[in-house]
Amino acid sequence: MARKKRKTPGINGSSSADIAFMLLIFFLITTSMDTDQGLARRLPPPPQKDQEKEEMDVNKRNLMVVLINSSNQVLANNEHIDISQLKDKVKEFIENPYNDEHKPEKIETDIPFFGNMMITKNHVISLQNDRGTEYQAYIQVQNELARAYNELRDDVSMKKFGKAYIDLEEEQQEAVRVVYKQNISEAEPKNYGGTK
Amino acid sequence: MGKFNKAGGREMPELNTSSLPDLVFAFLFFIMMVTSMREVTLKVVFRAPQATELQKLEKKSLVTFLYVGEPTAEFREQMGTTPRLQLNDNFAEISEIQDYIAQEKSSMKEEDQPFMTVSIKADKETKMGLITDVKQALREAYALKISYSARPAGT
Repeated sequence: MARKKRKTPGINGSSSADIAFMLLIFFLITTSMDTDQGLARRLPPPPQKDQEKEEMDVNKRNLMVVLINSSNQVLANNEHIDISQLKDKVKEFIENPYNDEHKPEKIETDIPFFGNMMITKNHVISLQNDRGTEYQAYIQVQNELARAYNELRDDVSMKKFGKAYIDLEEEQQEAVRVVYKQNISEAEPKNYGGTK
Repeated sequence: MGKFNKAGGREMPELNTSSLPDLVFAFLFFIMMVTSMREVTLKVVFRAPQATELQKLEKKSLVTFLYVGEPTAEFREQMGTTPRLQLNDNFAEISEIQDYIAQEKSSMKEEDQPFMTVSIKADKETKMGLITDVKQALREAYALKISYSARPAGT
């Protein structure tokens, strides 16, 4: 009798597609695709207790106060303005194109790539908000401030390097950041009235 | 001559599906790479405010999330409708932030700790009073890099 050689039967793989689909659907449900985006900011370190409270001496012309009240209205340097005007106002303040003496003083500074340049490096934008301000309004103001800086940086990069700020080399970006340094100070919160 | 007889006529050969599992697995791995696990169940309503000047958060592992908003419908009976703070899976008080941050910090690698970022995911109708309290608490906890979570305008 000739013995038949037995073969082990192949494992039926027709269901592995189903298994893989199940896994796929599980992962689709439990994971989220969204990449988180946001406005990045740096908080100042907490005030030291033993340290005397240091009064920051800021020349009045270097200071721009942006106030948001509890009904989400914006006050820039004691002037009631619409949120859409804020960006241009801030840009004008930072840049001070006509050497206005009520706008920040220009100081000659040596910057890599740019050489000696007159910049308003002592300007401060002080952002104050009420406890009753809505978060959306606050974000909008922060956004407008960021936009003002970004546009100024883009302008100067275009003029100097012929490229947008985001496409520059790391060192060039740093130099541009020195030209328009972001100086936003947030005051300690106050309650100007209105309910919490 | 039976040359043209139709007996045993041709049939469509069956489509070979043996590579289907491989295709699906490849797709599965792709999804696993580009997504991240949802870590917490939201207990607060969170609608992101809109903004245009957004920056992407770089490394997911360095980011800690804080959620602020009104409790969702199922918790509204117990908690009311005042906006609350959520840390991990639970509602929390402002005073708990410091411990939470310290705990998150210690679970990171030491060289990564200075780059820790806190993403504040707050509902757009929250009052700034609460946000300010959160920010003060973060300052106290030396978590100074923050990001106000927002979504691009127009979506």
